Amino acid sequence: MIVRIMGEGQVLVAESHLPGLNRLDDELLAEIEGGDHEGFRRTLGALLDAVRSAGEPLPDDALQPSELILPAADATLEEVKAMLKDDGLIPG
Amino acid sequence: MSGVMKRMGMIFRAKANKALDRAEDPRETLDYSYQKQLELLQKVRRGVADVATSRKRLELQLNQLQGQSTKLEDQGRKALALGREDLAREALSRRAALQQQVTDLETQHQTLQGEEEKLTLAAQRLQAKVDAFRTRKETIKATYTAAQAQTRIGEAFSGISEEMGDVGMAIQRAEDKTAQLQARAGAIDELLASGALDDQSGMAKDDIAAELDRISGGTDVELELQRMKAELAGGSPQQAIEGGKTDESQQSRTQHKFDKQ
Repeated sequence: MIVRIMGEGQVLVAESHLPGLNRLDDELLAEIEGGDHEGFRRTLGALLDAVRSAGEPLPDDALQPSELILPAADATLEEVKAMLKDDGLIPG
Repeated sequence: MSGVMKRMGMIFRAKANKALDRAEDPRETLDYSYQKQLELLQKVRRGVADVATSRKRLELQLNQLQGQSTKLEDQGRKALALGREDLAREALSRRAALQQQVTDLETQHQTLQGEEEKLTLAAQRLQAKVDAFRTRKETIKATYTAAQAQTRIGEAFSGISEEMGDVGMAIQRAEDKTAQLQARAGAIDELLASGALDDQSGMAKDDIAAELDRISGGTDVELELQRMKAELAGGSPQQAIEGGKTDESQQSRTQHKFDKQ
């Protein structure tokens, strides 16, 4: 499963790691929806670290779509919230 | 999974697909058109078969009529041999009526045969066209698929797709950060120059250094005072200390005090 960390690149993560990542991911979503800034920062850091350590980075010239995408490490809660809206990210 | 990772991925993909699928897929249209052509070809072929069946039926009828005609001719010949001219006349007149039918049917047969030939030719031409269309369709489809792949790659490099949206954002982020850092560096320089912000680089004295200076300065004053007092009391303070045995303990105590400092 290819995961993209925005601003960093793509990482190939084995399926076996997904349950653990999912727990953090769901926690992160709850924190975004709850507006918990501190929790968001902590969980995002933990999730990114988990993806980085579990995965193998893809070469920069590889052209493969990512199945999962994560916000950049320094993204704010508001930025991520905006991205999760349907009309966010890419206009049109 | 419905977390952030999945949702962001889905949104990115949806955006990329939307850009791609804005025009309907011509491959589906081509396949549909080909299907329609095949149906048309099938109809023409069925028409050819129908005409051929009618022609065969006419041929059977003609054979039958010709058989009857031959029979009537034989009967007429026999009647004439038997001296029954009236019967012979009847047979021959019936045969003439049949002959008229045969002629009509032969005309019909010829028309049908002409039509059948035309239809067969049309079917053959249509078949050739459908075959050509199929080849063309496959070429177009392959070209379209290639173009689509190229579009995907193009999008990846022009910023529509996830890949580039990301890179674009990363660049934007980096630019913002640089600007922010530059602005901050400029502001710090100004604050330092105006004296509003203490320079922590060690060029200026900090609080602790200032306090130490103050303390050591104070000690010098105390020492100076002691020395002056001793001078006033008579002789150098060195002599006074060395001369008086009672002063030894005091000297060591003073020494100790200095060591501590």
